[in-house]
Amino acid sequence: MTSTDRRDGVLLEVRGLRLAGEADEVWHEIVKGVDFTLRRGEVLGLIGESGAGKSSVGLAVMGYARPGCRITAGAVLFDGIDLARAPERQKRAIWGRRIAYVAQSAAAAFNPAHTLIEQCLEAPVRHRRRSGDEARREAVDLFQKLRLPEPETIGFRYPHQVSGGQLQRAMVAMAMACAPDLIIFDEPTTGLDVTTQIEVLAAIKAVVRQVRTAAIYITHDLAVVAQMADRIVVLRGGAVVEEAPTRQMLADPKAPYTKSLWAVRSLRKAEEAGAGLLLQVRNVSAGYRGVRVLDDVSVRVPRGRTVAVVGESGSGKTTLARAITGLLPPLAGEVVFDGRALPRALKDRDRESLRRLQMIYQSPDTALNPRQRVREILGRPLEFYRRASGAARERRIGELLDMIELSAGFADRFPGELSGGQKQRICIARALAAEPQLIICDEVTSALDQLVQEEILKLLLRLQRELGVSYLFITHDLATVKAIADEIVVMWRGRVVEQGMKSEVLTPPHPEYTGLLLSSVPEMDPDWLDTLLANRAGEARPVPV
Amino acid sequence: MTLEAERAVPVARAVAFRASRWRGPLAGAWRGLRKAPVSAWFGLSVIGGYLVVAVVAPLIAPYGEAQVVGNQYEAWSAQFPFGTDQLGRDLFTRLVYGARNTIGIAVLTTMLSFLLGGALGLLAAVLGGWIDQALGRLVDVLMAIPQLIFALMLLSIFGPSVKNLVLIIAVLDSTRVFRLSRAVGMNVAVMDFVEAAKLRGERLGWIMRRELLPNIMPPMVAEFGLRFCFVFLTISALSFLGLGIQPPTADWGSMVRENATLINYGDVTPLLPAGAIALLTVAVNCVVDWFIHQTSGLRDEH
Repeated sequence: MTSTDRRDGVLLEVRGLRLAGEADEVWHEIVKGVDFTLRRGEVLGLIGESGAGKSSVGLAVMGYARPGCRITAGAVLFDGIDLARAPERQKRAIWGRRIAYVAQSAAAAFNPAHTLIEQCLEAPVRHRRRSGDEARREAVDLFQKLRLPEPETIGFRYPHQVSGGQLQRAMVAMAMACAPDLIIFDEPTTGLDVTTQIEVLAAIKAVVRQVRTAAIYITHDLAVVAQMADRIVVLRGGAVVEEAPTRQMLADPKAPYTKSLWAVRSLRKAEEAGAGLLLQVRNVSAGYRGVRVLDDVSVRVPRGRTVAVVGESGSGKTTLARAITGLLPPLAGEVVFDGRALPRALKDRDRESLRRLQMIYQSPDTALNPRQRVREILGRPLEFYRRASGAARERRIGELLDMIELSAGFADRFPGELSGGQKQRICIARALAAEPQLIICDEVTSALDQLVQEEILKLLLRLQRELGVSYLFITHDLATVKAIADEIVVMWRGRVVEQGMKSEVLTPPHPEYTGLLLSSVPEMDPDWLDTLLANRAGEARPVPV
Repeated sequence: MTLEAERAVPVARAVAFRASRWRGPLAGAWRGLRKAPVSAWFGLSVIGGYLVVAVVAPLIAPYGEAQVVGNQYEAWSAQFPFGTDQLGRDLFTRLVYGARNTIGIAVLTTMLSFLLGGALGLLAAVLGGWIDQALGRLVDVLMAIPQLIFALMLLSIFGPSVKNLVLIIAVLDSTRVFRLSRAVGMNVAVMDFVEAAKLRGERLGWIMRRELLPNIMPPMVAEFGLRFCFVFLTISALSFLGLGIQPPTADWGSMVRENATLINYGDVTPLLPAGAIALLTVAVNCVVDWFIHQTSGLRDEH
């Protein structure tokens, strides 16, 4: 049996895999019969929204079920061994050595008390009985292949001494240290900036190609999977919706669900020039404890329009929001709102100016008090700013829920009883309850699935049309920017690189950093990454990172 | 109750996560209780028993609290179930009244220390900066002196009245409560919803009471149980040393001391108040253990 598998080149065969998960002592089926085959040297992309069972399938491929989960049926034939039924001892001999796993958060997967190289050596020395020197040479070789800077010495650093992208690559090196037959990548670039993501993607792609290891690449980002995978499996609600080679899937998706996923990225808003300025940030500098994060930043937001602030993490986007709201009083410069300069510090501002400027946060999980019902969450700004009470308050809560397309029954729920998208809608409603003129949206869609993102963006656009509210929209995702913005502000290292209408900023010629940022956004073209890297190598442009 | 629970099952399934509050806190508490281990049941019933005894003490006790009814050190008999003490007072009666006095004072003290420590802890968590530093160092100073010795010293300065006893122990104990509420409060204070409340212009009191407090309740309740035990033991220890609850008020700590000599003659009577203290402490710990396990998110993984 094993010999025929070898001849076919089939490394992994998943047949009728079913998983059940427990919640409140009730078992629910979370994966409902998944089949796929993986050949040696092939990269399989596994995509779907959160809750589709991607990660559970990824782990089940190793014969592992998370606590509170179990494999109920089906087989996972890895090189002829059924991992779904194999005894723990046999699986343990395979894990790390023949199957490796790369998790989303490298920072959580590394032990902060040991150097990178120590952790990369652990597996080969234990599993393959390599001598330390041999393993060290191989690790340095891997660091080199993954294009880590100073491959000879970077291994002696501790996890906190390297950047997020470098750590993610070091984790790939750790996974590859035993030259496994199969690597499972579970959203390895999700937490990274686009400019960093490119480096990690390119490194992974190159090393997978060189070593000819098979891989399963789990992600919710279609453009990323298009670069990485030979074949794509689309999961939804624990079942396979569609499976096809990457090019075929991109060119001609069959299932309606797949088509809807593809359509999300095409949401576009026609830009409009604004009439009259609502907010002017004039030459603001701000920082924490002597570290200057914002340096002479000026931004203009017109009435009833959306200004998107883009830039990688650390570029000062969120600090800008904090300076505008007064949470972090600016060191210099002024914030002019509706023709009047606002006091720098939050505590000096009156209730009326607080009301007119609201904020929506990135993570709806932490932005809503888990111990308050929706009624209380929405009712508080009403009574605080409008002194609404009793029936008037109740009626307004109903209107707000209606505005965000939720039924009145949601008023009795706790945030824990809502989905991520619903929570974000409640956050929007809480901001709207104050009837603001400007809403600062800090990465409001980046914690959400793509389909949900689209719904939220559509909702925000509709509300802007109806209520004439302005948005200062902070994001690092350029697809979102294209969908919602009228004007774009590009920030880099605490400075504004440029501000202009969307069409101006998005069409060349660009300032250097804008060009890099724009070209780093993955496109739904399987050749995009290779072409881009070839171009960049050709130009040999110094990368300002 | 069952009907209600059954009706709610499809809701729970549809929503696919815990929706226990849909059915009111009572149903949720009952659901939790049904799953509680034996130790928790044991603890709850013992605490319940103590409370009943404390409340209806005059009905159970055959004699008055400080009434001299017989000779000194009478043996166990039908008339005096556990004999009499060094003054000829009925020991059973004093045990029953002791529940009322000792537990009552301990609960009062614990509540006071939570009020003080909890409020200051949350204040430090929300405000941070120099207020946090000042309060923190003050607490460090108070904690640096051994608690029992400090309490003894203060009691001998201010005099051993019940009021002083409650105040002194409450203040000394609130240092621990301060540390806990500050630590868990800090975790909540960095959440976006607290920032949202600040941006809305909410006052400090509202943020502490409505945004922070409900979110730190589980660890605080668990801590309340533990602190109650310590306060209870401290009061008993102080009474044993003669500076706690003063005679003729019946209290278990001083009862152990007053009758301690009997143990030399092989009489187990002094062990009864000691046993009462031990049993309550164990019971409270059982309940707290279960509660911590319930709320800390620790799950049995295998």
